[in-house]
Order: sequence, then C-alpha cells, then structure tokens
Amino acid sequence: MGLEEKIPDSIILTTLDKMVNWARKRSMWPLGFGLACCAIEMISTFASHNDLARFGMEVTRPSPRQADLMIVAGRVSNKMAPVVRTLYEQMPNPKWVISMGACASCGGVFNNYAILQGVDRIIPVDIYVPGCPPRPEQLMDGILKLFEKIEKESLKDAREEWGRRAV
Amino acid sequence: MAQTHEPAIVKSETSEGNDARIRRFLRERFGEAIRHEEVFRGDLQFTVDPEKIYDICEALMEAGGLDVRFLADITCVDWHGHSEAVHGRFEVVYNLCSLAHRSRFFLKVRLPETNPHVRSLVDLWHGANWMEREVWDLFGVTFDGHPDLTRLLTPDDFEGHPLRKDYPLVYEQPKFSWNENDPPEVIR
Repeated sequence: MGLEEKIPDSIILTTLDKMVNWARKRSMWPLGFGLACCAIEMISTFASHNDLARFGMEVTRPSPRQADLMIVAGRVSNKMAPVVRTLYEQMPNPKWVISMGACASCGGVFNNYAILQGVDRIIPVDIYVPGCPPRPEQLMDGILKLFEKIEKESLKDAREEWGRRAV
Repeated sequence: MAQTHEPAIVKSETSEGNDARIRRFLRERFGEAIRHEEVFRGDLQFTVDPEKIYDICEALMEAGGLDVRFLADITCVDWHGHSEAVHGRFEVVYNLCSLAHRSRFFLKVRLPETNPHVRSLVDLWHGANWMEREVWDLFGVTFDGHPDLTRLLTPDDFEGHPLRKDYPLVYEQPKFSWNENDPPEVIR
C-alpha cells in the first residue's frame, strides 16, 4: 500500500475529473450550521470518537464565504428560512448541501404553522440523512455517499450544473 | 363560595396565611369586581372584571404586607367551541407571585370574542411588555397603552393568530397511498 507502489516511475495517468473530484471531496470544509437538536449529533460526529477530520473536514468555517458544505442540522422555522437562503447564496461554488435529520428533510414531527416543511423548499439538497437525530455513524454514511456522488461529477457539465444550482 | 380540592403540594404556614390575606384584601377593596373565586389543586384563582385589572394590580403592588410584586407570566386561553365560552371567549391569566411569602395566585379576566382588549400592565411591570406581545401575537388580544404591540414569535409578515382554536392545526394534510383519492380533513 502507499503511493510508492502506484507510481513506480513517478508518472500517474489519470483524468482531470478524477483529480479535481478527489481534491474537492477530501478537503471539504463544512459550514458550522447547527440549528437544533441534530446539531448535538453533528458536534459529536466532529468530536474525537467519531472523527470527521479524517475525511478532510478538519475545520468548520463560521463564514459561508469560506465553506463548501452546508449541513442543515435541525428544524428550520419560517422565521429562519430567509437566513438559510441568504447563507446558501453566500457560499461560493462548488457547494453541496446535506439535510440532516427528519425536520430538515420534511418537517419531521412538526407539521404546523411555524416550521418549514423541509429545507428543500428553499435550497437544493444533495443528500438527505433521516433520523431523529441520526446517529453519528448515519451522518458519516451520508457524507460518504456525498463523496460517491462527487466522484461522478464532471467538469464539462460544471458550468451548466452550477448555473442551474444558482437559481 | 370557594371550593377547596385536595392540595397537590403541602404549603408552608406563611403561604397559606398569605392566601387568606390576599383573599381578605381583594374582598375588602375590590369585592364587587371579583366575579368568581376558586382554589383548584391548591392554587388560588380570582376571575375579575377586565376594567379593574390595572387598579387591582396597582393596589396589590402598593400593599407592602402582601409583597405581591412579581408578575411571573401573562398567558391566555381560547375557549372557542367549549361550553365555557359563554362567559367570554378569551381568558387572560395573570400569574402573580409573592416572593417573601413563597406563594402564588392567579388573576383571570374574560374577554369577548369581538375586539378583545384589556389595559396593559407595562406601567407596573416592565416584564409585561414581551408577555403581552406574545399574547397579542398568538391570540389577538389587544393591550391598550402598550408601547410596541408587534409580532414577537411569528415572522413579521405572518397573518393570523396561530394559537386560536379556529386556526388550522396542520400545515400539510397527511397523505398516504390508501387515502389518495379521499384525503383527510384538516384536524380541528
């Protein structure tokens, strides 16, 4: 194992897509965006027992301008919805969204006047992680599925893909 | 005419004594304003006229021996659809405490359905500001003399008063595959 076996003569042949996707997924910086109870499970996923830093998410950036992954952890109230939208629009491309928990995915147990019934009503979501709250292992599974999704992306669709997401 | 149920907690000597003092004080000063008096599970409650609530609270604040100077909460009950609603649809409940005597009692006012309004207690307690804003936001009861009666918990552009009984309970109708052609009514 190790890079030395794979590059016997210091030459690797690969595609640009694979290099770019590998770099993007292994160095993703999440935006610290915990709203409610799911935030506690997200914190424990970042903590030492289930360590997300080994996947490259070493730092959570408080500023959306420096983040590329937004994990919406918790219920989004109707009062908070414009804030979520503003933060999403402030993130530069490429960006991804994970909707963590039942409330962010579909309103959860709260079917009432105050809670937005799913954050995908206002922002495009890549991965939905169900649970109330999802265990750290489940959130990690969702993040790894996001990595698999990123591996399939291609630069030649990039302009159209990111242009569509900006709306 | 007080009905006494079995009290849920055992009160100390001072708080029971304070209950008797409060009862005596209110009957002497505002006897004609008290519509109903009850002890429910150890809690003393008075239903009073809405016009007199400010004077009653001011007199209680000034009576030093009672030490009723702490307004714990202002909340509201919507009796819509219940037989109690004949006395008035909205019931605003003032939760007053006496810290020195460790006792608590409740003042309630009944308001009609059309244009429910009562005088604001902001002049006596600054804490009543947000409590009354919450009641206005969720029930629609107006507080006369309140400096800033605007929405507190719901978004600023929200329409309606959500905790009224005739506000729809659910946001989306629950849909399953077996009731696709016959969705359930909104739960009331």
